[in-house]
Amino acid sequence: MSTQPAPEALTVTAERRVVAAAEGVAPEKDWIIVTRGITRQYEMGGEIVRALRGVDLAVRRNEYVAIMGPSGSGKSTLMNLIGCLDTPSSGEYWLNGKQVSTMTDDALAHVRNKEIGFVFQTFNLLPRASALQNVELPLVYAGVSSGERKKRASQALERVQLAERMLHKPNELSGGQRQRVAIARALVNEPSILLADEPTGNLDSQTSEEIMRVFESLSEQGQTVIMVTHEPDIAAHARRVVVLRDGVIASDDSGEAFRSRMGQGH
Amino acid sequence: MPLFEAVLLALQTIRTQKLKSFFTMLGVCIGVTFLIAVVSIVEGMSQYMENDLVGKLIAVNTFEVRSRPNFTPGNTSEETWREYQRRPRIMEQDIAPIVAALPAEALWAPMSSDGNIAATTLTGRPKAVQAYNTTRTYFEIKKMGVTSGRVFSPQEDATGSLVVVIGKDVKDHFFENVDPIGRELRLGNLPYTVIGVAESQGSAFGQSFDKFIVAPFSSPLRRLTNRQRGVVDAVMVKSPTEAIMNASMADVGEVMRSVRKLRPGQKDNFVLETSSSALSFFAKIKQYMLLAGVVLPAIGLIVGAIVIMNIMLVAVAERTREIGVRKSLGARRRDIMAQFLVESTTLSIFGAGIGVALGAALAKIIAAVSPLPASVALWSVIVAVLVGAGVGIIAGVYPASRASRLDPVVALRSE
Repeated sequence: MSTQPAPEALTVTAERRVVAAAEGVAPEKDWIIVTRGITRQYEMGGEIVRALRGVDLAVRRNEYVAIMGPSGSGKSTLMNLIGCLDTPSSGEYWLNGKQVSTMTDDALAHVRNKEIGFVFQTFNLLPRASALQNVELPLVYAGVSSGERKKRASQALERVQLAERMLHKPNELSGGQRQRVAIARALVNEPSILLADEPTGNLDSQTSEEIMRVFESLSEQGQTVIMVTHEPDIAAHARRVVVLRDGVIASDDSGEAFRSRMGQGH
Repeated sequence: MPLFEAVLLALQTIRTQKLKSFFTMLGVCIGVTFLIAVVSIVEGMSQYMENDLVGKLIAVNTFEVRSRPNFTPGNTSEETWREYQRRPRIMEQDIAPIVAALPAEALWAPMSSDGNIAATTLTGRPKAVQAYNTTRTYFEIKKMGVTSGRVFSPQEDATGSLVVVIGKDVKDHFFENVDPIGRELRLGNLPYTVIGVAESQGSAFGQSFDKFIVAPFSSPLRRLTNRQRGVVDAVMVKSPTEAIMNASMADVGEVMRSVRKLRPGQKDNFVLETSSSALSFFAKIKQYMLLAGVVLPAIGLIVGAIVIMNIMLVAVAERTREIGVRKSLGARRRDIMAQFLVESTTLSIFGAGIGVALGAALAKIIAAVSPLPASVALWSVIVAVLVGAGVGIIAGVYPASRASRLDPVVALRSE
């Protein structure tokens, strides 16, 4: 088994190299995501769609990264690959020191369970289960005993200020509350990455701000957060913004650089 | 996911979709209902046959020497009947050699009987009764006691006195509100004195066993029960144990063959009928009934399985996104497979459970409104539940494996 390549060895975009240099060479274990030349193509109506054409991305522990791009840029495909829902057509993907690009279905399920916490645009809570039961789900598949599960799930709900709504069904909760339940569910198994796909896409701007504050505070507490979005306002909350275009990384900025560029653009 | 939790999850799903779940399990439910009902009735009948009917007609550890079987299967051929008709009857002179072959502890009684003898009194309407000519030992063999009066004395036996012991129905018909003891009952134009009333023998299939009279073996009633002189319908022999009965049967069989002068290789032209040989004809009927009782519900169960499979396929389609979410949260293929398998199996067992209850109720209702007895057999309940589980698993495999193989990316995108 080969070892994880040092990120320095990767052909990263110029901007990324600047950032890496500015932050100094990090020890290997600090790199939580390393992709090397990953591509993903699939057939659609007899045509081969090349959604990703070679993406090199390295993400450190505790980073707060937004992946941006117009629709069709490949950002959803990249998110599915990072989230281990899908495997690349070629290239390597190292997650937390393990190469996941060659794993079997069940091994990927295990990785999703342990390493990834998903937050979806449409929340994806099970409608017939209470908030608590929804949050317990990852622990069920982790094989945690029922008593321990309840304890940890309610702690996770307390973290997102939903302790009083634990036994409510999703349809008895507001959009912001639902997304907070989803965040609690994503965090309950203490994943390496919180992976959010358009987390504010179905929320009004005020609630979006509220969710962004939750993400910020999680990031401050040391949680690695990767967020896919097409809204620059939302991406601007992140400390690093990766922009995809036509299946490749077009730019990779720090949050400030991105914000100032956006300011110039306006 | 542990099985217990999968079952809880399935029950929750069933609870939230009561009507749909009900229709899903209906097929299995109906199949099991009829399985239980038919098996219960067949079992009830067979228990009845074994414990009551045949036990009453032929007592325990008792065999009857007859020229042809008293109980014959319904499918006895014309030819067999003709052979039975040609057989020589048991004669009075055969009794002595038979009795000589019996051990001392055996009880025996000759018996002649006719089921359609007219009994009258001077005032009452005539009534057809089952008339027996036998000895007082008959009551001992049958363990038949009297509720009032007494059975024959040895003297009455020896002299063939004009006395009768009557069954409960006969007593109720002729002597409804009076004490029958010492009263007169006319049989074949001769006055018989009623000396005892026998205990009720119960009934089977709406047929009462209390429409009988018993007169001493050599009383003149013999001329009616056996028109041919010297003929005896049967010699009853009761042994203290089954082993002694079997030994006696072997001995009596030999004696009868020598009396009949049968050569080796020639078939017996008499029978030694026991309660089990009498039951063998019922065993055949029971087989056919059980076959029908299993085949017909099986069709219901197959339909039930197809319904469950369909509904589970619909459920997988409806819950594609749920499957995607579960997979994104770490559910492996086998977790999803187990979830849907347990759901279909739980549904099916639930249906089977309701079917058991309904079937038992149906059997009880049939037993209550018809003369058919019913008894719910434990094995049929176990079989029903196992069949329910089997149907659920078989019906669930295909939908569950489809669910487990869903691509999480595609599943999450579905509406």
